[in-house]
Order: sequence, then C-alpha cells, then structure tokens
Amino acid sequence: MNRIKNIALCFTAIAITLGINGCKPKNTATASSGDATKAYVAPGKYDEFYNFVSGGFSGQMSVYGLPSGRLFRYIPVFSVDPEKGWGYNEETKPMLNTSHGFVPWDDLHHIELSQTKGEQNGKWAFANANNTPRLARIDLKTFRTAEIIELPNSGGNHSSPFGTENSEYIVAGTRFSVPSDADNGDVPINSYKKNFKGHLSFVSIAPETGEMKIAFQLRTPGVNFDLARAGKGKSHGWFFFSCYNTEQASTLLEVNASQKDKDFIMAVNWKKAEEYIKAGKGTKTAVKYAHNVFNEATQTATSKIENEVLVLDIKDFKDICYFIPCPKSPHGCDVDPTGEYIVGSGKLAALIPVFSYDKLQKAITDKTFDGDYEGIPVIKYEAALYGEVKKPGLGPLHTEFDGKGNAYTSFFVSSEIVKWNIKDLKVLDRAPTFYSVGHLCIPGGNTVKPWGKYLIAYNKITKDRYLPTGPELTQSAQLFDISGDKMQMILDFPTIGEPHYAQAAPADLIRNNGQLKIYKIADNIHPYKTNGEAEAKVVREGNKVHVYMTSIRSHFAPDNIEGIKLGDEVYFHVTNLEQDWDVPHGFAIKGANNAELLIMPGETCTLKWVPDRVGMFPMYCTDFCSALHQEMQGYVRVSPAGSSVPITFSLGKPVPEIK
Amino acid sequence: MKKIFVLSVIVAFVVSCGGNSSSENTTGETPKSMVEQPTTYDPKRGEGKFDESNVKIGALDAAMATKGESISGTKCTSCHKLTDEKLVGPGWKGVTTRRTPHWIMNFITNPDPMINKDPEVQAQLEICLVRMPNQSLVDEDARNIVEFMRKNDGVK
Repeated sequence: MNRIKNIALCFTAIAITLGINGCKPKNTATASSGDATKAYVAPGKYDEFYNFVSGGFSGQMSVYGLPSGRLFRYIPVFSVDPEKGWGYNEETKPMLNTSHGFVPWDDLHHIELSQTKGEQNGKWAFANANNTPRLARIDLKTFRTAEIIELPNSGGNHSSPFGTENSEYIVAGTRFSVPSDADNGDVPINSYKKNFKGHLSFVSIAPETGEMKIAFQLRTPGVNFDLARAGKGKSHGWFFFSCYNTEQASTLLEVNASQKDKDFIMAVNWKKAEEYIKAGKGTKTAVKYAHNVFNEATQTATSKIENEVLVLDIKDFKDICYFIPCPKSPHGCDVDPTGEYIVGSGKLAALIPVFSYDKLQKAITDKTFDGDYEGIPVIKYEAALYGEVKKPGLGPLHTEFDGKGNAYTSFFVSSEIVKWNIKDLKVLDRAPTFYSVGHLCIPGGNTVKPWGKYLIAYNKITKDRYLPTGPELTQSAQLFDISGDKMQMILDFPTIGEPHYAQAAPADLIRNNGQLKIYKIADNIHPYKTNGEAEAKVVREGNKVHVYMTSIRSHFAPDNIEGIKLGDEVYFHVTNLEQDWDVPHGFAIKGANNAELLIMPGETCTLKWVPDRVGMFPMYCTDFCSALHQEMQGYVRVSPAGSSVPITFSLGKPVPEIK
Repeated sequence: MKKIFVLSVIVAFVVSCGGNSSSENTTGETPKSMVEQPTTYDPKRGEGKFDESNVKIGALDAAMATKGESISGTKCTSCHKLTDEKLVGPGWKGVTTRRTPHWIMNFITNPDPMINKDPEVQAQLEICLVRMPNQSLVDEDARNIVEFMRKNDGVK
C-alpha cells in the first residue's frame, strides 16, 4: 500500500516538474491560458496601471494595480467605512447626507476618469450611486471622495457617470422613470404611460476645481435608461444613451419589457441643449437635492440642500433628441476611439449592431425617419446602421476598444469575451470567462487613446474558482494579455463587492499628478485644530465638552481628563501633529457608539462620544505608530450628573495631585 | 563539479522562464531599504543641504528665535523639553554647544538618512526607541528653530 502511494507520489512529482518546466499551464479551465509570469510584479516594483473598480453593492470603489491584481486601497464613497472613519467622524458625516437624510449604504456601479481632449488626465474619478441617485467626484491626489451631488427627478442613477471628452459634463440618466418631483407622485402605478417621465441630468464640471453643478436636465418619455457614452472627435457634442422598457411596463419587466423586437439608443445633441439653456429656454423646476462638498482647508464637509433645477422637455425642442432602434433591450452603448462607430449591445440579442455617426447625421438631415415615439423622431434602423456583427455570442453587454481597430465585447449569457474588427465586423477571437462576465475594461478603452495591452473581465459568478467561504463567495476579475492576436488569460483575482464597470490608467499619470503625502499643519484651518501641545485643552460649553487633543509618536495631549459628567456630549477633536508620510494615528475610547478615528498627518478629526455610565474609560491609539505604540493611551473619568468634579486635563503629571 | 552543473541548470531555468518579465513590468524606481550602510558619511556635518558655507550665525536674532519658538510649539515640543530632561527625545538644553548649527539643520530636515548612518544618533535611538519623525520643516523653519535653540542655551 505504502509502495503504491510512493509511486503515485513520484508520478505526481514528475507531473508537477513537467508542468513547471513547460512554463505555460495548458488547462484554461483550471489556470491561465497565457504566461502567468506576465502578471508577476516583483516585491518592491510598481505596477504599470491603476485599476479603479466599482464595488457594486458595497457602495465603494477599490484600487488595484495591473498586471499584478494587488489591492492598494478601497475608497469609501457612498457607504460608511469603519476602517477610515468615513461617515462616522463628524467631518465626513455630511458627505452621506441626502434630501432623505443620512444614507449609510448605497450601490456603486460605474467609474469614469476625467479627460482632456478625449484622453485621461489623472485628476478625478467619478462614480454613481444607483439607489438614492447621486454622483461622486473622487480626487486622485488624495484618493478621497471630494464631492457628492444628489440628482432630483430620478430613481436609480444607473446611466452614469459617463463624460464628454473634456469632462465638460458627466451625465446621470435615471434607470426608473418616475413622476417628476414637483408633480404629485401619489398616482396609480399603472398610470406609467401618463405620469412617469425620464430625466437625464447634465452635471457640469468646473475645469480647475472639479466642482459639480447640475447644469440642466432633459425630460424624456418614460423609459428605462441603462448606459451611455459621449461622442468623441467628430461626434463630440453628442451623447448616446441606451434605453429599454420602451414598452413602458411597471410590473414583471422580465417579460413585459422584452416584448418589442427593438428598443432604442437615444442620440442627444447636448451642444444644442446647451444653446437652449443659454438662450433661457430652461424651465426652473422646484426640487430638493443635497450637494455635499469636502473642504480640504477646514477638513470638514458641508451639505447644502438645493431647491431648483433647469429642465428642458425634449418634446418641445425638435432638434435635441433622436431615437435609433436597437435590438433587444440594449445595455452597452459604446463609441469607438475615432468617434464614428456606436456599438449597441442588446442584452437579449444574438448580434451586435454598429451604427455610423456620419450615417446618423445624414439620416437626420434627410429626415429618414420611421415615425416617432412620444413625439421624438425615430431614425430608420438601416439609415443609421453601419453593419451587424453576426453570431458573435449570446447576450452582448459592453464593448471597449484597443486603439488598433479592434473591439472587445463581453457576453454574459455565453460567458466569454469576443474580439472583432470594427471595419469588417468579423469575429477574430473568443475567450471564456469564469463566469458570466458583465463589464470589461481596457486601460483608456473608452477614450481616443486606449492602451491596448491588457483587458480585464469583471465576473458576476466565481463558484468553484476559489476556496469556498460559505454561502457568500467573492466576485472576480480576470486579466487578459491582448498584446498579441489571441487573448490570453494571465491572472484571476477576487474583488470587493460586485465589480460592475471599472477603468484603468497608466500608473505614471496618477502617481505623478501631485499626490498629496501629508496635510500641512500650517494650512489646516479646522475650527477645532490644536496647533501644538501648548494649546491642548478641554472646554465645557453647557453639556457639550470639546477636547482639543494632539497626537504624535507616541502620546496624546492631554491623556488624563476628569470632570466629564453623565449627560455630557464629548467631542474629541484630535489633531495629528506628525508631518511625515504614512504616519496616521488612531483614536478609540471604550463604549463609543460611533466607532473610532483614523487621523492622517496634519489632519484634525472629531469623534462624538456620549458616555453611558459613571466610571473610568480607557482611550488609546489604534494604528501601530512606533515601538511605543502600546504606550499611547490615557484615561477619561466620568462622574455622575451634578457632580462637583471640575474639568481638569493633563499630560505627564498625575491629576488630581497625589496625597 | 556536479553541484556546479546543477546550479547552472537552475540558473538557466530561472532566466528562461522569468528573466524578462521584471524589467518590463516596472514603471517606477525601487523603494530604498530602511537600513543603509554608512559610506562617506561625515558625522560632523551630517547629511543634507547645509554646511558652514550656507549657515551663518552671529549675535542672537530675537525675531528669528520667536518664529522658531512658534514653529517648534507645533512640530517639536511634544517630544522635546527645553531643559536637559529626556521626554520622548532628548532635552534641548545645550544642544547648540554639542552640535554645529548646520548639523542640527540637516538632522531636523533630513532625519531618516542620518538616523540610519550617524553612530551617535543610532546610540540615541537605542535609548529613545522612537525614530525622530520628519516634520516637513522648510529651510527657514529649520534656521529659526536653531536660533530658538541658541536662545534657549543663553546666547545673547
């Protein structure tokens, strides 16, 4: 028996040796199809690309390196994050405010990196909140969310955050059509056709500061908007939105929104809409939405409720919008690097229609229409069509481009990536994904200048790909080398939440953009900043107690506090006096119902603490800061309400005095 | 002889399978190790941009000393007392008699390389166990702090 085992072991060893010597594992189902060493980045070496990946239902955005698939950071955007204090400390709570109040958890689907002349510029990433409709701007110097704006008249901000070639506008198209906010929403659900409207928000981006403003909204017939892309190059000035549920169903959409052979891609002449707005044609509409901005100087966010938006109803302006028929509930709607070809991806279709911008323009000029849809002209399908990719696979979802004349489309149903040539519409290659790919990404693959070296597939299902972790499994991304004729899978890595869309940019573009390493303490104008230990103090204002505290390796000042009484609200305003990169301090106090703090060098953060009992409360630093980190601690004494213990605070001497 | 043969096979294998990937995957410089070997380190001058030629001292400049006191209140005195008593780091009393002004300015603007190389600073680290942080002082701050240290040492 033992001998048989030994022989088996020997064979295994030989097999493994042969496998290694071969360098390329051959079995695509179990390993990579290509040379996995291409995804290897040695310790201490940097990756070639940053990959900004949506966290789906986690509401966050994660940042990976490519080709290694190493996770660097996840950026809290639309959900609270205990690791970074996002939504817990007093400074960031306003960022998650909405017209509905504080929303602690949302659903982030898509990423858009800012552009100049159709190329990435490394300044900002934008992201959409799909549930309570919002748009966020992330500053790529700090990798923090800088601004969040809520979108009125919307329900489910899915068709977002796609942008124009100079990031003049980031759009936000509603997935759910709903009665307008100013109208009475208390109507029967089956009055969809009469009462429900779509709204497409055009949010302008200030070129220097990035500040977002809802420039105008287009009111459309009630349909579902799914995805969108701006024109580029010659088609700059146009936007293309995929629409489904042109059946206008409000129930069992699975069946009822799949009745028609064709839905639409809506072509929007946004330059024309801009002209109408400039000419004062917009209707001021009463709405209510939150606009939240994080101020880097005060290190504090403010949330302001806005009350008005400008709306253009597209049925009143005959030359803004046109519908292009597109088969079977289109999802992806992608424009190639030249701006000429618009690729529709009907998620129930078995072909891919490619539309021509030039033909579309001619059809509009010649009025080659096929009737109208609620007063909006419908272009004749053939008049806008460049051609169809025949039998590419089942369920095309989304397409990106390599800049070498090829398109890559993800297929959810047949679980594969298909490479095809834009000019002759011939399928060139196909590669399986594991399993059920949704979006895909090529670095710069939505811009005029793609880096066609890698492609990443973002998969919905992993099942047997990794070690099991109970009922809940990770989703995954799969990296393909697309530098040759054939796609080769070289890496498979787990993701945070469900990755919908992602974008990638060259590492140098981001890391050389003026990355912030510390907050300069002299520039910190937080109202509760403590500018050195001499200013550390504890101030009582009625039942509110403000602790002006500092942290440096490895002590707090003050670290002994007495005179807190039951019924007090205590605010710890902790200023990190460090001025060196990568030296955050943490702060935690026993019984805090509101988490902890993590404070970057030069930053001030505030933890609200309401003690619930009389006694002694330890506090300490939670981020390992030095060899004496474990000594970085202190005590807060809590006395009964009405106690005569005075407020005292100290560092380095006993209080009260020793008898 | 046999060993050498085996070794050369291994080397050939490693080179053929993985040798070309590391260079093409690198866009940045390799981060430096925390521990560096002393080379041409001058313990009298320290390491940094300051030396006798660009740091001049004379009679105490009271205005500079006041500025130095202010900046050290934010960035230094959490850890250094003005007496000779150690807190986190050593007390400042007498530091301007033990060290040249340019050594102090190099150390407070460029601490990490000097902690790694200077034998006396390494000995101090064994006592304090906390590496003096880089507090991102600009040149003017550093010069003003030296003036405040001189005032603290009784220079008129």
